[in-house]
Amino acid sequence: MNWLIALPELALSLCGLAIMMAGVFAPKKHAFQLSSMLSLGALLGVGGLVLVSPTGLGFGGLFIADAFSRFAQLLILAGAGLAIILSLDFNEREEGLARFEFPILILFASSGMMIMVGATNLMTLYLGLELQSLALYVVAAFARDSLKSSEAGLKYFVLGSLASGILLYGMTLTYGFSGSTDFIHIARALVTSTPSVGLVIGMVFVLVGIVFKIAAVPFHMWSPDVYEGAPTSVTALFGSAPKVAAMAMLIRVMAWPFGHLFVQWQLLIEIIAIASLILGALAPLVQTNIKRLMAYSSIGHVGYALMGLAAGNGNGISAMLVYLATYIFMTLGAFGIIIAMRRQGRSVEKITDLAGLGRHHPGLAIAMTIFMLSMAGVPPLSGFFGKLYVFLAAIQSGLWLLAVIGVITSVIGAYYYLRIVKLMYFDAPEAAFDHPAPSLSFVVALTGAVTLLFILVAGPVTTAAQAAAMALLG
Amino acid sequence: MIFAQIFFYLFAAILIVSSVMVVTSRNPVHSVLFLILCFFNAAALFLIAGAEFLAFILIIVYVGAVAVLFLFVVMMLDIDFSELRAGVQRYAPIGAVVGIILLLELVMAVGGWKIAPAAAGLRMTPMPFGISNTDAIGRILYTQYAFLFETSSVVLMVAMIGAIVLTHRERTRSKSQNIARQNARQPADALTMMDVPIGVGVKQLGILRPDAARTDPALTAPGPKVTLPEGDAVAVTHKPGAH
Repeated sequence: MNWLIALPELALSLCGLAIMMAGVFAPKKHAFQLSSMLSLGALLGVGGLVLVSPTGLGFGGLFIADAFSRFAQLLILAGAGLAIILSLDFNEREEGLARFEFPILILFASSGMMIMVGATNLMTLYLGLELQSLALYVVAAFARDSLKSSEAGLKYFVLGSLASGILLYGMTLTYGFSGSTDFIHIARALVTSTPSVGLVIGMVFVLVGIVFKIAAVPFHMWSPDVYEGAPTSVTALFGSAPKVAAMAMLIRVMAWPFGHLFVQWQLLIEIIAIASLILGALAPLVQTNIKRLMAYSSIGHVGYALMGLAAGNGNGISAMLVYLATYIFMTLGAFGIIIAMRRQGRSVEKITDLAGLGRHHPGLAIAMTIFMLSMAGVPPLSGFFGKLYVFLAAIQSGLWLLAVIGVITSVIGAYYYLRIVKLMYFDAPEAAFDHPAPSLSFVVALTGAVTLLFILVAGPVTTAAQAAAMALLG
Repeated sequence: MIFAQIFFYLFAAILIVSSVMVVTSRNPVHSVLFLILCFFNAAALFLIAGAEFLAFILIIVYVGAVAVLFLFVVMMLDIDFSELRAGVQRYAPIGAVVGIILLLELVMAVGGWKIAPAAAGLRMTPMPFGISNTDAIGRILYTQYAFLFETSSVVLMVAMIGAIVLTHRERTRSKSQNIARQNARQPADALTMMDVPIGVGVKQLGILRPDAARTDPALTAPGPKVTLPEGDAVAVTHKPGAH
């Protein structure tokens, strides 16, 4: 048994334990900042470990480290790290959020996400997913004295448990009909025989459970409420790392053990993608709360990313990975600006509150313009490349309907992204926001730079994504 | 062999009857007690099947911890169960539809069941000879599945952290004595001198308590049974000839 295969995950969990001890014994006033800084260090160190640790299948087929899991894990670590930086200032200013357990829970959640993307056994997959979900339920309800946050946590918990139940049900059916929980054996069982009805049902249940976690239509109901109710620093996390983890898990499960059921699941993925695209384009038009708007917008983005999976080949999967890579940076940047929306110490969340940002905070307004245009898919920003690749992959696989709907919805989506830009520059200005904290400016500047200059690194990122897809498909 | 079968049907019958009682009995305490009976019978079935480890885990974990916890919740918390059941009639059709769908799926799953050729042989020797059930589970749990075992322990720890984060509060209402504060206290902090004209009661002037923030409903309510809390030293001192 080669424990080094899972070295990054183990190291991250152990760091979580050590930082918890540090947080308990540190003076109360500094415990939150201290554990946040240590957690950032841990995420950075583990990021390095991901790059250097050996690859291969380990633990008797329970877990794998390959180019695909590395790609996803680095994105997860980046998302979690940026979310912690965003929380540094926000949690200090909000009532009761600056507790040292916050970054530690995010560390454990990241550890769960890393296990999810490296899982090659249904049991590993489930445990990783539960580790992630459990930590996220808690951070959603972290502002325990706020009614909204508690409601968000409870809603997320109840519906998430339901999804886990559905997923488990699918796993038991899969196990019962294929005789194994191991991805290799499930795939082998599907090669040799025509799939039994039970196995297809099991696959559908597994698919539903995971689609619930990525909040794609028709399993998206929880996401706007949770996004709105959770503290904004937590919402920023929800929009980034867990999405990547669940997406990567979905890709691996669909492409590997259920790869031979492609005919059966392609149509499902297409329907889910189309429904998500349409809802993600239409629902934001009537929103007034910016966090809800971001929730619906992320549903739309999930739809675009799923187009890559529906294509069902290496190009599609690598396009999806590039899409996710561009998506988390622009989302975190946009959330950085939403966190900066604060007047006289109170955060405001209405979309119209952004009016006049261009006059009061030109830097933030430019960054927000970059993120919004990128989400709308305007070249040469990063979002354009993500969309371009998934459209190309869909067209190459002959999914014309999907591609056409994608183009139409991205035009509709451009309306509300551009409306925000118009609000910031041309509408009657509201009172100025408080001066943003340095940590916020840092995240906004960094993600803005990544989004703006993605064209410079598009080549290497695409190559890495292709290598990841190849590693998965073999 | 015949005894094993007799006991199997006995325990299975009790299990089914008591699980029906869990759902149907009106008194929630009875429900929990039937649940415990269920667990015991299921454990007995496990014993008959030769899975003594699972049997004892079921009793230790489910009866010892989970069911007793339920019992505590039911008996300690003031939950109106009749109110919780109020919607049963209304939601019964939807529940029935979902149940039927699940039943159909189960039937389909069982109908499509194909027993692997090797399964019949494996059934005869469920465990290596000379190794007990517990031993056999321990051998793979700590070797082959060590990674999963450790991951589940981390999951449990996150659950613990979560429970503490969401519920633990620093006690701020403790009655400890703060001597420094006591000594620093001045008469002016606690007493207010009031000028009240002769013949006008304090009630008409509305100066029962000097500090509005410390107004106690029991004190502002008119009536003879007004008692001042001990040690609080808040009292309106009415001294007509104070100056």
